[in-house]
This record gives sequence, structure tokens and C-alpha cells, in this order.
Amino acid sequence: MANARDLKRRIRSVKGTQQITKAMKMVAAAKLRRAQERITAARPYADTLQRVLQNLAARTEHTHPLLEEREVRNVWLVVVSGDKGLCGAFNSNLLREAEHVLSEKGWPGVEIVAIGKKAADHFGKRDWHVVHAERETMSQLTAEDGPRLAEMFVTAFDSGQVDEVYLLYNRFLSIIRHEIVLERLLPIEPPAAVEAEDEAGGIDYLYEPSAEALLSELLPRHVAIQTQRALYDSAAAEQAARMTAMDAATKNADEMIDHLTLVYNRTRQAAITKEILEIVAGAEALGSEA
Amino acid sequence: MAETVHLDVVTRTRLVLSVDADFVELPGVLGALGVLPGHTPLLTKLGIGELMYRRDRAEAYLAIRGGFAEIMPDRVTVLAEGAEAPGEIDVEAAERERREMEEALKTADAAELDRMRARLQLAVTRLQVASRTSRS
Repeated sequence: MANARDLKRRIRSVKGTQQITKAMKMVAAAKLRRAQERITAARPYADTLQRVLQNLAARTEHTHPLLEEREVRNVWLVVVSGDKGLCGAFNSNLLREAEHVLSEKGWPGVEIVAIGKKAADHFGKRDWHVVHAERETMSQLTAEDGPRLAEMFVTAFDSGQVDEVYLLYNRFLSIIRHEIVLERLLPIEPPAAVEAEDEAGGIDYLYEPSAEALLSELLPRHVAIQTQRALYDSAAAEQAARMTAMDAATKNADEMIDHLTLVYNRTRQAAITKEILEIVAGAEALGSEA
Repeated sequence: MAETVHLDVVTRTRLVLSVDADFVELPGVLGALGVLPGHTPLLTKLGIGELMYRRDRAEAYLAIRGGFAEIMPDRVTVLAEGAEAPGEIDVEAAERERREMEEALKTADAAELDRMRARLQLAVTRLQVASRTSRS
């Protein structure tokens, strides 16, 4: 059995760790709240844009390069991970899914866009061709990151460098739930035909300057919004995962402290008993002599 | 009480404004656009300029930096690239920007011209919107 001093030291060390995990949990909770607020704040814009676009696409015969399906030769897979660890299986699940997608889909040519340090490190070490990597975006996410990346995707798509762009990221569902989703960003899926006779579906707008001009302005914005949403969702899911992981770690530390304290007390008691026995035995030896 | 039109102004990061208005004036690309309740559905691109809305005879303004507006008989939804209320405008910065751009425009080459004009227009709009409150 370990000696009492070692046990005491271990208990102190676990307590120290527990304080850290508790603090990290609280930080993650605060960051999660901010991330959720950002998602909520961005929603009205995204919803309206979606509605307008659906109407526009349903009403016009105009086609646009960003809607056009091409023969697929080269694909970009945009993997959105976190920059930091200590968030349970958040990153490893995502990267495993990324590898799975890559081997499953069998795209003729594929390049990786790695957003987040974990994805960048993972793919940097492997044979995949990383066309673009960002290691610091996710820790200080702004509203400009989505549009900036989207512009890069649209430019690459327009120039024919890439025929399809997919996003792989964690969609935030609730504090305890997030799921990994694969979405095609480009070409843009033709918006679902609006249900006939639906109140919103029957709108025949006037367009200023023209439907075509509006479409070519709205579509790139749609891509930007989609990208931004993926980044926001991933950031929120990461904080939620970290919060859960740190909560579990704090509870584990509690259990470990309980266990160690028990062992410590038992050891202490055994030592006391031993000492008493020794004294009694000593006294008896002296007594029998007398 | 006359009919009203519901005005929502949203940017990518926030809901700037959500009010009922009697009349809305938008900075359309093809010129200012007045909207009364019951307007025919219209989708328009916005330029840089002032958005004005009137409610119970009180007028209020926003500085709009491009975007779109969806106009329906009972509501107007503005998807702005940027929208600022008078109180949010940094007057000194806008004034500085205006002077800088006016100087720069004298020597700018053709490639820069459009971008500079846009910046000048935004600065002027900001100043205009900011001055609207200081009077009221």
C-alpha cells in the first residue's frame, strides 16, 4: 500500500487539475453563449436571403455559372475542425469522418482546404494535397471569415480550378448534441421548388435592376452565408464539446479524490493501528519480564 | 390609424431595426425608392445612401452601405451590407474620410475611381445621417 505522504501529494495534484478543468468548463460555457448569440444574430439575414433566392430561382429561367453542374474532375473538401484540443472526441471524430469520406467518395481529384489547426496538422502529415490551411481562424472567428473564404471558393470554381466544393463540419444542434455533416457548397443546389400556391411561393416580384443581375449578386452572398454558418456552427459545437468534456473531467477528478481520500484514511488508520500494536506488544514484553 | 408597413433591417451580423412604419424611403441603385403600405412586390439592389422611415410623422434615418431589399405589400426587408443608426456613426472619422477621398479623387487613376467614389459616398451619407439627429 502506498504511503500516506505520497497519497496526500496525489490528492493535492488531482485537486489542482480539477480546478483547471472547472475553470475551462466555465470559460467554454461563456464562449458557447457568445457563439450561440452569433448564430442567432446571423439567422434573420440568412433566412431572408434563402427565401428571396428560392423565389427568384423558381420564378426565373435564368441560369448562372454558380448553379451549373459540371463534369467532376477536381473537388475541394473543406474540413472545419477546431484550433485547440481538450474537447473530447470533437476533432478526432471529424477527422476520422473526413478520412472516411475521402476513401468512400472516390473523387478523381481532391484537394483539402483545412480550416482549424487540428485539421491542418492532420492533413499536413498525410498524403493528401492541402491547397489551403488556416490554423488560427477558429480561435478568433469574425463575420468576415465566411465571406473571405467563400470568395476564394467562388473564384476557384469560376476559373474551373475546381468543379465541386464540399463542406465537412460539425453542425451545432444543442449543448449536448452536434453532428458531422457533409454539404455541397458549389455548385449551389438549385433551391427546392417552392410549394405551389404557398403564400410565399406565389410572389412575382418586380426586379430592379433585373432578375439576372440580382441573381448574380445574391448567389455569391448565399455561398458566403453558408460558409459563415458552417464556421459559426463548428465554433459553437466545439465549445459545447469542450464544456461537456471538462464537466466529465471535473466529475472524474471528484471521484478520484474520493477514492484517494478513502485509501489515504485507511492507510493512516492502518499505520495508527500498527503503532498501537507495537506499543502494546512492547509493554507486554516489558510486563512479562517484571 | 392608417395601414403600416413592417420594416426589418438586417445585416449579416445583427438585426438592426424592426419597426412598423407609415412610409419608407430606400436608396435603390436606380435612385431613391419610396414605399407606402400596399406596394407591389419588388426585389431591388441597394446602393450607398440614406434609408428614411416615417412613423407617426417622426422621421428616422439609417446609413446603408449596399445590399438588397425585398418589398412586399405589408413589409420591407432590407439585407444590408452595412447599416448604421445616427448614434453609431463616428462623425470625426467620416469627416476625415470625406476629406481624404476628396483629395484622393483629384489624382486617382481610373482603376481606383469607383472604389474611391463609393468610399466618399459612404462618408457623405454617414455625415448626412449623423447630422439628422443632432438637429432633432
